[in-house]
Amino acid sequence: MTKQIRQLDRVVIRFAGDSGDGMQLTGDRFTSETAQLGNDISTLPNFPAEIRAPAGTLPGVSSFQVHFADYDILTPGDAPNVLVAMNPAALKANLAELPRGADIIVNTDEFNRRNLAKVGYTTSPLEDGSLAGYQLHPVALTSMTVGALAEHDVSKKDAERAKNMFALGLLSWMYSRPYESTLRFLERKFAARPELVAANIAAFRAGWNFGETTEDFSVRYEVKPARMLPGTYRNITGNAALSLGLVAAGVRSGLPVFLGAYPITPASDILHELSKHKKLGVVTMQAEDEIAAVGAALGASYGGSLGVTTTSGPGVALKSETISLAVALELPLVIVDVQRAGPSTGMPTKTEQADLNMALYGRHGEAPVAVIAPKSPADCFYAALEAARIALTYRTPVILLSDNYVANGSEPWLLPDVASLPDLRVEFATRPNGEDGTTFLPYLRDPETLARPWAVPGTPGLEHRIGGLEKADKTGDISYDPANHDFMVRTRAARIETIPVPDVEVEDPDGDARVLVLGWGSTYGPIGAACRGLRQRGLSVAQAHLRHLAPMPANLGEVLRSYQRVVIPEMNLGQLAHVIRAKYLVDAVGYNQVRGLPFTAAELETMLEEVVKNV
Amino acid sequence: MSEPVALKLTAKDFKSDQEVRWCPGCGDYAILAAVQGFMPELNVPRENIVFISGIGCSSRFPYYMNTYGMHSIHGRAPAIATGLSATRPDLSVWVVTGDGDALSIGGNHLIHALRRNVNLKILLFNNRIYGLTKGQYSPTSEVGKITKSTPVGSADAPFNPLSLALGAEATFVARTIDSDRKHLQSVLRAAAAHQGSAFVEIYQNCNIFNDGAFDQLKEPATRDDALIRLEHGQPITFGKDGQFCVVHPPGGFGLEVRETAATPAEEIVVHDATVNDPAYAFALSRLPGLDLRNTPIGVFRSVQRASYDSVVQEQVAAARAAVSETPEEQLAGLLAGGDTWTIL
Repeated sequence: MTKQIRQLDRVVIRFAGDSGDGMQLTGDRFTSETAQLGNDISTLPNFPAEIRAPAGTLPGVSSFQVHFADYDILTPGDAPNVLVAMNPAALKANLAELPRGADIIVNTDEFNRRNLAKVGYTTSPLEDGSLAGYQLHPVALTSMTVGALAEHDVSKKDAERAKNMFALGLLSWMYSRPYESTLRFLERKFAARPELVAANIAAFRAGWNFGETTEDFSVRYEVKPARMLPGTYRNITGNAALSLGLVAAGVRSGLPVFLGAYPITPASDILHELSKHKKLGVVTMQAEDEIAAVGAALGASYGGSLGVTTTSGPGVALKSETISLAVALELPLVIVDVQRAGPSTGMPTKTEQADLNMALYGRHGEAPVAVIAPKSPADCFYAALEAARIALTYRTPVILLSDNYVANGSEPWLLPDVASLPDLRVEFATRPNGEDGTTFLPYLRDPETLARPWAVPGTPGLEHRIGGLEKADKTGDISYDPANHDFMVRTRAARIETIPVPDVEVEDPDGDARVLVLGWGSTYGPIGAACRGLRQRGLSVAQAHLRHLAPMPANLGEVLRSYQRVVIPEMNLGQLAHVIRAKYLVDAVGYNQVRGLPFTAAELETMLEEVVKNV
Repeated sequence: MSEPVALKLTAKDFKSDQEVRWCPGCGDYAILAAVQGFMPELNVPRENIVFISGIGCSSRFPYYMNTYGMHSIHGRAPAIATGLSATRPDLSVWVVTGDGDALSIGGNHLIHALRRNVNLKILLFNNRIYGLTKGQYSPTSEVGKITKSTPVGSADAPFNPLSLALGAEATFVARTIDSDRKHLQSVLRAAAAHQGSAFVEIYQNCNIFNDGAFDQLKEPATRDDALIRLEHGQPITFGKDGQFCVVHPPGGFGLEVRETAATPAEEIVVHDATVNDPAYAFALSRLPGLDLRNTPIGVFRSVQRASYDSVVQEQVAAARAAVSETPEEQLAGLLAGGDTWTIL
């Protein structure tokens, strides 16, 4: 049977199943195949905090959404065109977000009375007509996989577990994906058990062949490669990009990188990744707690390393006292906060931007630090380099505010030329800096950067003592002098406030926009997609996005004041909006949501349309 | 680490230009003088020595040492020093702490530094009181201690610092006394020679808030009968005339004090600091009660185990040994790792 081939410009697929069904891996492989083809991609994993919630229940549903297109895209897509539901729970948990007419591929083997009852279905949605508005494809995924592996030397359990590869094979056929990388991946993953390599490849092929032969799937789709800048690409998650950015900062500064970290979702992957790069001199320490993690990082910075600590919100709270010490000691320190929904344990696998206030203000005393935020997964690489640059040049703690959305999401990344990355080399103090030629003044500042000398232990003649007690200007001796304290507090504030950061750029292609949408961090994609949508419909809107939250770009006030209306969408209750209003006396309005999920482009577009039309 | 050439440093070289600001009569003065007097023996250049402290009276110590130093935050000195030691194994890193700093707010960091065997020399000044905050009871104060915060007596049982360190399997554990300079320096000598964590408890008198806490161990009339001076390889006997000894009674778990005259010589325990099982040193640490009778001083335990910094640096060295590319080349390879595709 010859199948019809239809061209699409974009597709959103969501793989959903039980946490044990391997949906993250399936989505990951599909993404990799799609990347090989040259489509632009954006992904969104969504999984429960429980490692294995009770099988077949709603809390146990894990999903992975991938959006791919023949043009450049900004988000993982609002609503899926295709849902792969491995069990009734996966169907029920995701159906509400599915537009009418979408394709649903279900694993019929799991739609038994017991599984249906677990999620409150009294009748099977496959039979009761409730899915009539969708393109339903019932496929006996499990039994067909087991059948396909009958001749294989694997247990029934292992055969059943290969059903995700059957599903991947089917979807790869449907969307004409190149699958060689998946076969290579399976060979690597199960290298120690050749029978599993054979079984999983056979399951994949069985899924592919099923698509080709069954009459249920009459159409095959193609999405042509996107027009992207020439160069070599890889698909990368934010956490991986951030890790590589830190490694690159070590190489470009010539300093060893030391990471002190305590395991915490969703930041642990950075610890895992950095622990692999010892040959580049990266030392990682899994500390006894969050406080020790940042303490050890500060100790390493004191000794001349680039000290880094990675965590999420609750960990930053614990590190706060040490960050203040780093402010007083004026040593480089990079603190990565991969934000998650709070307060307290909150929703550890869900995203939020509610740590901005803590990053800006969450310390005792006047303790300013630099704060920056990446706007997309690949941007985490450059944000990490920028954090290191500021920390090393200005001898200050820098908080890097990532979040679960960019950390676990992925996108294609045009690999940079290593030589083009910023030069982060620093000079340690080597000789006395006092006027008499013999005294060392640990708090005598560089007039341009206001940074004090970085004199590392082991340097003869520069023995000195630093500490948390207030220090006298220049000498660093303990000082309780009122005027000195006032001077030092103001100097520490000025140190941060005068760090030169690039101007904020405004995207206003029509040039006549009266509404400015201001964002920061991971909302860049949905805001950008919403603005595009408005412009395609003939409405003018301007977009500006902040990477630097402390200090803020010098031109920001002017930019804000040149629009009649400033809207700030945030995944918190208005933290940036509050800062903007206070700092620039601009009547900015917030658009806020804290559902643990990124904004959809559609909801932002609807909201912005209202604003634009009413200004 | 030691230089082949004698550096000819003196105690004076280790005195900083800062005015020492402990209360007159504080035991910390004696410890500072003993440490400054001992430092030249290390024969390590001053720039390679770092003192890191937490918060408390004892933690002002680094300001007075003409070496590198950091006065950090309450309880965190072992954590900060761990990061320094792991990345700079060329340095001699000393931690100065107190009973509140090390055993209350910083208890977690202390036990983990000891379990990791970080190459730190940890000096815990134990005065059994909070001095800097003006006299609250500490985690080593005796039960029922009447202080500003416990007007009818404290309700909680204290830590025995050495038992705690031994429970964490510290590789070097010792105790000494502020007023016995010779003994203090002998313990510092042994601690400095130890590769790995060296935990030294120093009984220190706070003459303002807990004066005379250790008098029994210092007064000529009582000290000989109270102090057990441990010497490696020697039978453990003490008392003015050696009239007491330490035995390991059959069937029991611990050690006990007996009268030497009534004890067959072969039953007297011969001190061996190198016993690998920490149970022996732990039993020694349990000999005294809070009344200070039968207080051993000296080196309880000194065993060899790879130190944290050496293992960390060996891993880095092993990973690097196989590499021939420049860091830039390695980085380029790393960035292009995984599945890549090229657009022309």
